[in-house]
Amino acid sequence: MTSILLVAERDEQGEINQSTLQAIAAANGLLDAVVTVAISGEAPASASALAVEKIVTLAVVSIADEGIYDQATAEISALVESTSPEVVIFCKSDFGSIVGARLAFRSDSAFAADCIEISNDGGDGVSVTRPVYGGSALAEFEIASKPAIVTLRAGSYEAGNETGSPSIEAFDSGASVEQAASVTGTVAEARDGVRLEDANFVVSGGRGLGGPEPFSVLTDLANALGGAVGASRAACDAGWIDHSHQVGLTGKSVSPDVYIAVGISGASQHMAGCSSSRAIVAINKDADSNIFKEARFGIVGDWEKVLPSFLATVRELKA
Amino acid sequence: MGIGITELTVRIVVLAKQVPDPETPPSQFKIDESTNTVIPPNGVPPVVNGFDLTAVEAALLLRDSGADVEITVMSVGSDFVMDAMKKPLAMGADRLVLVDDSGLDNIDSAVTVRVLAAAIEKDGPYDLILGGRQASDWDQAHVTLGLSEVLGLPLVSLVQKLELNGDSVSLQRVIPDGYQTITAPLPSVLTITNELGEPRYPNLRGIMQASRKKPEIFSLADLGISSDDLVPKLELKKLYIPESNKQVELIEGEDEADSGKKLALRLREEKLI
Repeated sequence: MTSILLVAERDEQGEINQSTLQAIAAANGLLDAVVTVAISGEAPASASALAVEKIVTLAVVSIADEGIYDQATAEISALVESTSPEVVIFCKSDFGSIVGARLAFRSDSAFAADCIEISNDGGDGVSVTRPVYGGSALAEFEIASKPAIVTLRAGSYEAGNETGSPSIEAFDSGASVEQAASVTGTVAEARDGVRLEDANFVVSGGRGLGGPEPFSVLTDLANALGGAVGASRAACDAGWIDHSHQVGLTGKSVSPDVYIAVGISGASQHMAGCSSSRAIVAINKDADSNIFKEARFGIVGDWEKVLPSFLATVRELKA
Repeated sequence: MGIGITELTVRIVVLAKQVPDPETPPSQFKIDESTNTVIPPNGVPPVVNGFDLTAVEAALLLRDSGADVEITVMSVGSDFVMDAMKKPLAMGADRLVLVDDSGLDNIDSAVTVRVLAAAIEKDGPYDLILGGRQASDWDQAHVTLGLSEVLGLPLVSLVQKLELNGDSVSLQRVIPDGYQTITAPLPSVLTITNELGEPRYPNLRGIMQASRKKPEIFSLADLGISSDDLVPKLELKKLYIPESNKQVELIEGEDEADSGKKLALRLREEKLI
């Protein structure tokens, strides 16, 4: 038996999110898996059909803890201590990356971040694969000590269709946390249209655009497709567009149906944020640029000449 | 206490890592699969992790704003290349402290955190510990996070702006649709994100000053650590370059405008739009 604790996250509607469902599929793929899902607050109704053994509900993490996660780390540490799982799986989100790392160092356990594969059929411990060097290479690690704490990259596994009838119980950690740093406010930055992470179409621009103005053309195209505008780090760092649009290892991860990369060379750091898109479309002047190795469709050419007719045809097709 | 350092000086430790230059062209990125190591590309020297230079920039911005700060850059490893490691000094940092020991070849982040914590404690009092959001080699983002646990200090990640206010620091932390405002006490551990802005280029005067500064070096023995105690928790079994099996379908029209039109029609054919 391999006992696995999986820390669930919710989407904006309060349901178990897609990354968590994918992580459940990954956990169920382990040999002799017995999976417990931990979730903060009351479990949503849909949780009662998850293909897992047990659901443990944790105390709701207070708003002031969002982003600091002192309380969340204490709750989950207490749960791990009392249930001694062999594997603890988090989603590679802001929450999972921070709480996972803190839990590992607090309990002197092994931690592997941003894994794309996990297995335990090769002997004693757990084996994980993670992209390194900005995605230029893959590294396979063996973790012998227990628990092995990992975060899983979204899109690495497909959510399964299986259902189950887990037992549901509440866990009271009794942990009291004195929070030293505190959140005093949240400032929302205006966003037009679809959230980048949720968009079915993403039109991204890079260094090849040459300046901030061309992003208006990309915005027109994104609007015509009902999608969102993304950008490479180079374009954001140059100040052509706000960093909230950045796609890549240090920006957002997106997995739209179509990812249109305009004037983006396709450095592995950028591809790390969009490689799980269904289809990548590349428009770039340089036939040798890396983006064409990753794309399904491509045009070698000047975006200034390609985009207007592409946009016009998209509008006709959509009309 | 160094020259000009007073009780009121805010001592900042910035964590920095030496990494292979991430701008190395993909064609030159090669792995020796017998040793599971990256073969250093010819003529491309290592650099300080760019995200860590952003953390150095954050410390320098505090100084620019008028705060009395002492900036110590700290790193753990072996085979340091001084031209690379002195860049933060050339940018304006005051000190460079290296834990340089052949026992620190091929260490994992658990070992790195343990050694860094020992070095920081030994080096003396500190008020802020800053790290970059991640390293560009192993893409792990948790040395700074782990350090906060081991040292028992508050942690705030993804900081894009910071301001000292006496014995606390006011922060902006990046979230997907904006930012949070956070107040943290001193000492705290912060990870700095690239939204802060580009690290400055060293000027000639900075480079001259850096060339005269000598790094202060600790060995593991100085920290009371035996290399036998440093057992990695993750064992690297295989390091390899993934093969791409994607084949791009190039759309070619009579001219570029025609290609654009054909692309839209092709995507419709595939039911993608």
